[in-house]
Amino acid sequence: MNNTCVLVTCPMFTYLEQELETRFNLIKLWDHSSSKAEFFNNYSSSIKAVVGNTKVGADAKLIDSLPNLEIVASYSVGLDKIDLDKCKQRGIKVTNTPDVLTDDVADLAIGLALAVLRKVCVCDQFVRSGNWISGDFGLATKFSGKSVGIVGLGRIGSAIAKRAEAFQCPISYHSRSKKPNTNYKYYSNIVDLAANCEILVVACALTEETHHIVNRKVIDALGPKGFLINIARGAHVDEPELVSALLEGRLGGAGLDVFENEPEPPEQLFALDNVVLVPHVGSDTGETSKAMADLVISNLEAHFKGKPLLTPVI
Amino acid sequence: MENHQERSDHRSQDLPQVLVIKPPPVLTLFEDKFISSKFQLLKAWESTLPLDQFLTNYAGSVRAVLCSGASPITADIIRLLPSLQLVITASAGVNHIDLTECRRLGIAVTNAAGVFSDDGADAAVGLLIDVLRKVSAADRYVRNGLWPVKGDYALGSKLGGKRVGVVGLGGFGSAVAKRLEAFGCTVLYNSRTQKPSVPYPFYSTVLELAADSDSLIICCGLTAETRHMINREVLLALGKQGVIVNIARGAIINEKEMVECLVRGEIGGAGLDVFENEPNVPEELFGLDNVVLSPHRVVFTPESFVAASELVVGNLEAFFSNKPLLSPVIYE
Repeated sequence: MNNTCVLVTCPMFTYLEQELETRFNLIKLWDHSSSKAEFFNNYSSSIKAVVGNTKVGADAKLIDSLPNLEIVASYSVGLDKIDLDKCKQRGIKVTNTPDVLTDDVADLAIGLALAVLRKVCVCDQFVRSGNWISGDFGLATKFSGKSVGIVGLGRIGSAIAKRAEAFQCPISYHSRSKKPNTNYKYYSNIVDLAANCEILVVACALTEETHHIVNRKVIDALGPKGFLINIARGAHVDEPELVSALLEGRLGGAGLDVFENEPEPPEQLFALDNVVLVPHVGSDTGETSKAMADLVISNLEAHFKGKPLLTPVI
Repeated sequence: MENHQERSDHRSQDLPQVLVIKPPPVLTLFEDKFISSKFQLLKAWESTLPLDQFLTNYAGSVRAVLCSGASPITADIIRLLPSLQLVITASAGVNHIDLTECRRLGIAVTNAAGVFSDDGADAAVGLLIDVLRKVSAADRYVRNGLWPVKGDYALGSKLGGKRVGVVGLGGFGSAVAKRLEAFGCTVLYNSRTQKPSVPYPFYSTVLELAADSDSLIICCGLTAETRHMINREVLLALGKQGVIVNIARGAIINEKEMVECLVRGEIGGAGLDVFENEPNVPEELFGLDNVVLSPHRVVFTPESFVAASELVVGNLEAFFSNKPLLSPVIYE
């Protein structure tokens, strides 16, 4: 296996790269950025696996350039950066990292909601800048008991619901189809969901159908007392509409882990007190990063040993 | 018009007075809720007289006083209120009231504990998640334009599976515990006495609790026993990865020792809403990214304040109608 060539698309996690290096002939795509043509001449036919992530995945162009590619093991649960149709056509296997990151992403969703509603970051800044001495702060918004609407009730959406329930938040959701075995209220239309909840959390996969699923209509329905939390993908939200709604006070606030154009979130949000902005850290804990890396490695090892994949997508 | 004015003056002269030395935040923000047919407010802070003179001149027949942390009810104050029968605080904490003296003189005390539990617990969990997942620090990172320049932010620490020690399992502590369970945390606790109906493991000392916990959440009242209960020894037992969250009273923690531990990296981080000498906060904390600071406002939401106003007024109206108090503090 040590001779097997595995391409990693961008710097992800040192531990992952180290573990890959001990097992495979690891090729780092970014080491060859200046001589791409040469790189492809030398390596393309020997690369059998690609490890991608949410920044750089495996698009049609990359897949086409690797004639002997057998497997794409994504260091993420999201698959929006992988051309799944192309993989299916070519018989290329795809794995991702579900479950191991569910808790962290759900924790962050609640953490963002608490931070926005209870103004945690603003308070922290207030104290650090010495303003407490001269004046007092106003009131924040209570979180417990607020109605939470979840877009996408998969693993992450369900985990968010479970946590919000401990705060006595009534839960409702929208997804492609109603889920059996849940008591949460279902809305077949996302605008209705937004109109009937106070905190809207985006937790679905990014597909053609869900692109800009949170649009002007949804934002208007959520309203000046409503809050949007996005721990899914920036492209779920029509970002210019979101920005203008926040600037104009038509939306109560937002907690955002993802943006349409990472790593450059809209600067107009930087001065607002009712937003919390974090740099795509949903699964970024030491514990989970390692668990994700281990899962990528296990999937690759299983594939090259002819064993069943642990978390296959196709 | 004059007639009406005279009549309302006359009527207001009949209403029993409730002394307020300094207005609690609840009164400042929701004064209209304190208009009652059963009492009127005697606002000491509006007078230019020194307090003891004001009380001697005007508060001789006052039977009730509404106080808060900014206006402690000491034995000296009580001595100047010969008719005092009730002390009401708009806070959960009662450490600013001389309970011993009140008990000695048969003065009843009511507080506002129950109405703040949800908001207090929400804030405690919010602070804990913020420290572990670096939410405020990451938010600053983004706003300072560092994401495109310096790349990915540092990794945080997972909340799920952490052992969280709750110090004090009263209203706040129980509400915190219930929430943490939903995140997959293991809840442990220390309290004056073990609670038999509670599923969490009990530790008889804070030191033992800290040694077995990844995080400590302080939810107990400030008393002579709990003053500086969290000291260097306890913090070292909590350890280098340990996080402490305090939503109770600053003086429960030896602040000087905690600051040293934080600066030296002997504990992992802290989420603090309360401090020993508010509004002064040790400046050494301002430069630390593993600390989240809050200006004593974990219960500052409209819902909590409205509920607190209603509880305070409810207690006062009950008192003046000779009915049972709604939220008396039971002396132990």
